[in-house]
Amino acid sequence: MDKMPRWADVLLIPLISLLLAAILSALVILAIGENPVEALGYMVEGALGSTYGWGYTLYYATNFIFTGLAVAIAFHASLFNIGGEGQATLGGLGVALVCLALPWPHWTLALPAAVIGGAAFGAFWAAIPAYLQAKRGSHIVITTIMFNYIAFALIIYLLNNGLKPIGQMESSSARFPEGAALPTLHEMLAVVGIPFSKAPPVNISLFLALAAAWGVWLLLWRTPLGFEIRAFGKSEPAGRYAGISPTKIIMITMLISGGLAGLMAINTVMGEAERLVNNSVQNAGFIGIAVALMGRSHPVGILIAGLLFGFLVQGGAELAFWTSIPTELIIVIQALVILFTGALDNMVRMPVEALFSRRRLAAKATPAE
Amino acid sequence: MSTAAIELKGISKAFGPVQANKDISISVQPGTIHGIIGENGAGKSTLMSILYGFYKADAGEIFIRGQKTSIPDSQAAIAAGIGMVFQHFKLVENFTVLENIILGAEDGGFLKPSLAKARKLLKELADDYGLSVDPDAKVEALSVGYQQRIEILKALYRQADILILDEPTGVLTPAEADQLFRILGRLREEGKTIILITHKLREIMDITDTVSVMRRGEMTATVKTAATSPTELAELMVGRKVLLRVDKKPATPGAPVLKVDNLRVVDNKGVERVKGISFEVRAGEILGLAGVAGNGQSELLEVLGGYRAATGQIVMNNEEIDLTGAKSDGQSRRARGIAHVPEDRQREGLIMDFMAWENTAFGYHKDNRYKKGVLSDNASIRGDTEEKMERFDVRPPNPKLSAKNFSGGNQQKIVLAREIERNPDLLLIGQPTRGVDIGAIEFIHQQIVALRDQGKAILLVSVELDEIMSLSDRIAVMFDGHIMGERQPDQTDEKELGLLMAGLTPEAAE
Repeated sequence: MDKMPRWADVLLIPLISLLLAAILSALVILAIGENPVEALGYMVEGALGSTYGWGYTLYYATNFIFTGLAVAIAFHASLFNIGGEGQATLGGLGVALVCLALPWPHWTLALPAAVIGGAAFGAFWAAIPAYLQAKRGSHIVITTIMFNYIAFALIIYLLNNGLKPIGQMESSSARFPEGAALPTLHEMLAVVGIPFSKAPPVNISLFLALAAAWGVWLLLWRTPLGFEIRAFGKSEPAGRYAGISPTKIIMITMLISGGLAGLMAINTVMGEAERLVNNSVQNAGFIGIAVALMGRSHPVGILIAGLLFGFLVQGGAELAFWTSIPTELIIVIQALVILFTGALDNMVRMPVEALFSRRRLAAKATPAE
Repeated sequence: MSTAAIELKGISKAFGPVQANKDISISVQPGTIHGIIGENGAGKSTLMSILYGFYKADAGEIFIRGQKTSIPDSQAAIAAGIGMVFQHFKLVENFTVLENIILGAEDGGFLKPSLAKARKLLKELADDYGLSVDPDAKVEALSVGYQQRIEILKALYRQADILILDEPTGVLTPAEADQLFRILGRLREEGKTIILITHKLREIMDITDTVSVMRRGEMTATVKTAATSPTELAELMVGRKVLLRVDKKPATPGAPVLKVDNLRVVDNKGVERVKGISFEVRAGEILGLAGVAGNGQSELLEVLGGYRAATGQIVMNNEEIDLTGAKSDGQSRRARGIAHVPEDRQREGLIMDFMAWENTAFGYHKDNRYKKGVLSDNASIRGDTEEKMERFDVRPPNPKLSAKNFSGGNQQKIVLAREIERNPDLLLIGQPTRGVDIGAIEFIHQQIVALRDQGKAILLVSVELDEIMSLSDRIAVMFDGHIMGERQPDQTDEKELGLLMAGLTPEAAE
């Protein structure tokens, strides 16, 4: 028998963890002499109180859904891909090269091409560590971390040596052609007559992220390949017995994982910046790890966790803007959420499990007596 | 009656909703061998773990030599004079015998005095109980039977006078088991009290004075061994009448299905595990491969199952199989009509976190009948699983239950249903009833015989000699990567097979 009902596993435990993180955050805010209730108010108002706030929250959430999915699919194959940051960075390069390659007439043509470019570059950046893991046994945690730094250095080099137009001061690529501009949520909702703030960069990539979540779900739970990925992740000896090739699964999973991370660049590079800038990923690759952990590596969980982290980033920015609470504290709050939902998962899980099994035992014992 | 060496009163222990021990009372007389028998999951190990301080009982009392004792941890158990010999030895392989014996019982900060003291004590123990060992031998160089002797010495060194042995003969050859029983007999003469946990009826009958039977967490009976019979004990264990012998007609072997010629396997460490063996399995017969665990049988099964490379030749249905691993894997073997029930079902045969229906498709998940376009047809797999669960009497018949939540016997039935129902030409089956309760053993044996009667070839690998003898139509014995010889089950006996399993040909032994 499973230790507790499914709803407790997917909802109750993350909620308790979140609550604990919130309480601890409140204590920290109190300690620096600010009012935690007021602070929460600013965060909620700033992130969810207007279509402007929602726009930013969803924009960040889009990033986190992509990177969260990337980490999650690798988790299913028992691979810890910490390289989302680097893969998304390379994805940005792919997107930029595609967008700059042609004078795109319309985004409907540019988007599919950029999707291929971003995914291919992200996948390529994951493929090298994957190959080293599959064939040489180099641990993927180590190699993906190292590849993050190689990616950062590579992008800086390319921005300054080739991508930066001559005569420009800032190290960024040239602006993408008008035809490569993605429709924003404001424009899309205007078609159906719903007013939405014009300022935030949230764009059609949000729907691409939702589609990717659905696709990952379909792949993992409805295809023989997904079955093999999950089986391999649960038990490598059983996988070998069933004729599942470890090399094949490691390579395919990491290609998909890197591709998903690379797709994040559609949102940031193509949707928001409309040119390639340095550090376009802004930690979304790392936050993806927390999102995948909190979402229990399930696409639905990742959508929810992605939204939560979008809220934290946007709400945190507003908090720093309106109060004297420093931005560093926002990072503390995010860290607490990650700590409680990811690292300290068992701290909450074990008592809750014990509670449920005691209750079940009591329920069982009563009718017998 | 003298004061009991151990008396348990009303011991209960629950793990979540599972009541592992229910109000168990037992009294063990000093200087006797007390057997505890029961199926897997009957609660034997839990009870002994409580006695050894690994678990705390929810209710009940423990009396050692008439004294009420609380045993919160294994230190307390050792202090109370209880020693435990585990099924899987807890020895440091690259330490010497002496170092292993003092490990955890060193006195003082320096090793030398401890070692010297141990050496002296070890000699006394060896003289008292006939347990001679070389104190300076490295454990890794010793045979399994010898290693077990060190475990017993470890307990005696800690001044145990109550010894608990958990399934001690699982890894021993018949000869080694006899030797162990002689040692236990000697210990009993010296006044030690021994608790022997086993699921083998023969051992109980051979050596114990008293036997307690456990079933589903309860102690169902405690009887004098002399006043009972294997049949009665089996019934007490299972709770109904059981057939201890396999009912089967003589085999009618047909053409060879599998031919193995000069097969050699080198493992990942570069050690040759299978050293040029040749045999064949015919349609409609069961070839039993006997041998102590670790003599190359596992590697052989992995090669035949398609996930270990080898050299030599294997011909299946008159077609040679690729042995390099480059052009074949588990899936291509299945396509050739080889089904495989692996030795370790929890590690290889099943994915314990997957639901029963997912495990039913495991290995066959790319079959067209399980697919709808590019997607898996999960509804059809689930329906298929329901049918299989019914035919193989898997309990509970719930396809959505995770594999880990089934008992050992029912897990094995899931694997067996998956492999047999594909109508294979050859069934490889390793340790078919390891960790399986008696009721399910009967069923599994019937299924294997039924498959043979359909004209299929079966290669049975088992370390249980009883199983080999009662199921096989031909018996081959493996030792150290070689096949020591082949025998007809009706023209051999356990003694002869036991010698072969120990690497001795009967001619050489005489």
